[in-house]
Amino acid sequence: MWSSLPSFVAVYPETLLVLVASVMALVDRWVTRKAVFTWATIVTALLALALVFLTQGTTFGHTYAADQYGVFFKTIFLLVLFLVALLAPGYNRLLGINFGEFYALLMYAVTGMMLMASTQDLILLYLGLELMSLSVYVLVGLLYAELRSLEGAMKYFLLGSFASAFLLLAMAFLYGLTGTTNIEAIAKALLAANLSANKALFLSAALFVVAFAFKVALVPFHMWSPDAYEGAPTSVTAFMSVGPKAAGFAAMGRVFLIALGAAKTEWTQLLVPLAVLTMFTGAVLAVVQTNIKRLLAYSSITHAGYAVLGIIAGTKEGMAATMLYLFLYAFMNIGAFSVIVLMRRKNFLGENIFDYQGLSKTHPTVALLLLIFLFSLTGIPPTAGFIGKFFVFRAAFEAGHTALVILAVLASAIAAYPYLRIVMLMYMKPPEKEVEISLNPYIFAGLMFAVTGVLLFGVYPGPVIDFARACCTGFLP
Amino acid sequence: MEVALRTAEFPLLSAIIWLPVIGAIILLLLPRRDRLIRWFSLVVALVDFALTLPLFSWFDKDFSGMQFVEKHAWIKAWHISYFLGVDGISVLFVLLSALVTVLCILISWEAVTEKVKEFHIALLLTSAAMMGVFCSLDLFLFYLFWEAMLIPMYLIIGIWGGPNRLYATIKFFLYTLVGSVLMLVGIIFLYLKAGTFNILEIMQLGLPYQFQFWLFWAFFAAFAVKVPMWPVHTWLPDAHTEAPTAGSVILAGILIKMGAYGFLRFSLSFFPVAAKAMMVPMLLLSVIAIIYGGIICLAQTDLKRLIAYSSVSHMGFVTLGIFSLEGNAVEGAILQMINHGIVTGALFMCVGVVYERTHTRAIKDYGGLATVMPIYAAFFMVFTLASIGLPGTNGFIGEFLILLGTFASKRWAAVLGALGVIIGATYMLRLYQQVFYQEVNPKVAGLPDVKMREVLALVPMLILVLLIGCYPTPFLGFMHTSVRALLEHVHQAAGTTLPISEILKEGLHVVLPS
Repeated sequence: MWSSLPSFVAVYPETLLVLVASVMALVDRWVTRKAVFTWATIVTALLALALVFLTQGTTFGHTYAADQYGVFFKTIFLLVLFLVALLAPGYNRLLGINFGEFYALLMYAVTGMMLMASTQDLILLYLGLELMSLSVYVLVGLLYAELRSLEGAMKYFLLGSFASAFLLLAMAFLYGLTGTTNIEAIAKALLAANLSANKALFLSAALFVVAFAFKVALVPFHMWSPDAYEGAPTSVTAFMSVGPKAAGFAAMGRVFLIALGAAKTEWTQLLVPLAVLTMFTGAVLAVVQTNIKRLLAYSSITHAGYAVLGIIAGTKEGMAATMLYLFLYAFMNIGAFSVIVLMRRKNFLGENIFDYQGLSKTHPTVALLLLIFLFSLTGIPPTAGFIGKFFVFRAAFEAGHTALVILAVLASAIAAYPYLRIVMLMYMKPPEKEVEISLNPYIFAGLMFAVTGVLLFGVYPGPVIDFARACCTGFLP
Repeated sequence: MEVALRTAEFPLLSAIIWLPVIGAIILLLLPRRDRLIRWFSLVVALVDFALTLPLFSWFDKDFSGMQFVEKHAWIKAWHISYFLGVDGISVLFVLLSALVTVLCILISWEAVTEKVKEFHIALLLTSAAMMGVFCSLDLFLFYLFWEAMLIPMYLIIGIWGGPNRLYATIKFFLYTLVGSVLMLVGIIFLYLKAGTFNILEIMQLGLPYQFQFWLFWAFFAAFAVKVPMWPVHTWLPDAHTEAPTAGSVILAGILIKMGAYGFLRFSLSFFPVAAKAMMVPMLLLSVIAIIYGGIICLAQTDLKRLIAYSSVSHMGFVTLGIFSLEGNAVEGAILQMINHGIVTGALFMCVGVVYERTHTRAIKDYGGLATVMPIYAAFFMVFTLASIGLPGTNGFIGEFLILLGTFASKRWAAVLGALGVIIGATYMLRLYQQVFYQEVNPKVAGLPDVKMREVLALVPMLILVLLIGCYPTPFLGFMHTSVRALLEHVHQAAGTTLPISEILKEGLHVVLPS
């Protein structure tokens, strides 16, 4: 009887996460020392990471493939989980949301993302996406006593559901054309039946573009993100600015590069204007923001614009570039959010950029860390941000998108201003008010980890580049 | 033509570049005791300068290739190597950078009183990045240093600068960044074509003219902003004026030389055909910079601003020399870069000396300083004359060689350029007259003369001004072989040029499908 069951080896990491998350959600009432949950999350993240590297294979009737491609993305997700678990405890305790469900929801979301990264079937892709999205909707609305948290959650939920509907419709068209939901079978069917000029295929590609553009916040489908970022607890913002975004790109890689490989010209044509619009809109709108969470929301829109360049390139190199970009982005963005988290006091939001005025005088170390993260986000060497940008620009250039790359570098020059403005406030203006910093060992460890990543991969990125490339070798011809 | 390499037995260049970085890291850990930090930085800078001296004496002047070469694989995935070396074009800049760093620490001894630790860290990091730029033989490594320098420089101008520093520093950063990212696109293109970042291999690439044309302008964007050439010079007066004295000295002494160095190292050797074809527009831009910069100087009322605009004019001479593509002129241009670094650096230091005492930069607040501060007046006089290009000072040698070479290749440019010398004499002598002669302005009456520390910073500059002015042979000897080899490379490069309209049409064609 047991032999008829499918092998579960490939989903060990996901199983582990779901089990631990469920137990944490259940026992929360009886655990008074909430630090247990932080530690459980950290340990689980590391264990799952080890399992990700150890377990590979295809299972459940070719719907789930724990392949190299998935390994890289899962590394990103678990890294995000690890960093967020380090930055969250102090902040959550302050706001009274440091309970088991918080960590449980994070882990459910990560499970959903991991399913998205390894899916071989559109239905499973949808399931993973919903698991991730629903968990994150709840996380955004965790501060339900605050109006803006509710507003953010509501907007995110409504628009997110809308996007899910688009996704289903796109899948339905594709199913109608090919009669299957398996990604590789779709690719084969499209080629075999020579459907690349079919109108329905174009429509399906367009709907996929819209759905994923919602998820990774490409302009003009970005409207939810500044509100959701601002309203969500900062620990959640840090998570959703990298995690779900990376998952979106993982799914994009599977859908566009593999399933819709035959319609490459069509979806490229749709993504190019979106990418240009995204880079410039994000960069320009970030200039006028005074709330640092909103500012980083627009900055993360711009960064999604760069990351999508790798998908547009449509090559192995391009996919590797996008993957590396997201990996490095996790370090710098969560690092920056860790500093924002430090600023929060009981009755002081610490979100206005003018709260950072003179920080270098009052807290030189924290200011220096934020300086490094911000210059990395700007893309100035010798930080990781530069390496990421260089790789995606190079891949897009190699694929022949010259004009796009020129526009991208110009956008990155505009995007520098908001970051420089914060540096300017921290270093070049006198402090106006007393700012207290709530440092605890967890967040200190997280900051050190992030800054090490940013500087180390900035000067010695060789191993991760090789890793990203190796992970794409089996994925694309 | 293959470029010969001579590998170093001792990683001298690495030591020179990384010593200030290590110093900066140690500074980060030191307690905030200003005296300790100043002395420590000074020692680091002095040791670094001492390390550059073997470069001076061991350098083989008859060898046209790269010397003191170090090469190690770095990022294998992209074929990037840690590849350092100097030739006759770059070696003097390394020396100058080390010297300027020492002087900058001396000159800010009392001027910088706030965030002393951060200041010295930024200064040492800038110094390391500058030397890295001049030593890199790998395009990626070069770009890394080139961009990395923006961060400490942004902080130096923005934190320790004058009243309008925030505007100036953002403007500086964004101008430079826009230029640099366009060069980055060019670098990516070259890499994809050549499959390597190795500068010496890219030199042999021999790209078709239409590629060279576009790449020339992509690199031009970065270098022209840094030099700065007219019409992208507008960041310079602001940055110079608002920067602290040490910042101005670095800007004038080294940073803007990086642009001209870039033209020599990259634009000429990578895109020789385009450089030859673009000679007239480049000379025209240079002449405009010389004359326009000079005329603007006549209308300045601010000491630092005047010297800043004079930089535009002087750097016009440098680009004039480079793009006349004639041996004497190019040697003159390199020498003039060194000269300008010394003279303008020294002039900024001099302004810093009185600014520390009076806290005003308006020319009308001065007058009669020659009676109040006679020793200072003597220093200033020598640097003024050197800036004008009086025979016997270093300025004369550089300008003369440039005009000599330019005359041989494009007569009109030399004639117009010579006009700049006359304008230069007008504004500098007027400045000297207004500040040092006439009646003693009550605002400056009773100022103390220069201190020992300030004299120590100014004397090396003075010696160099007179030494290069009277006996330039050793300095010219450094660059002679390398310059001849470079020009041979440029003039031998064969390639048919196309009319611009055709290139634009083709360019549009390439760009539009994406």
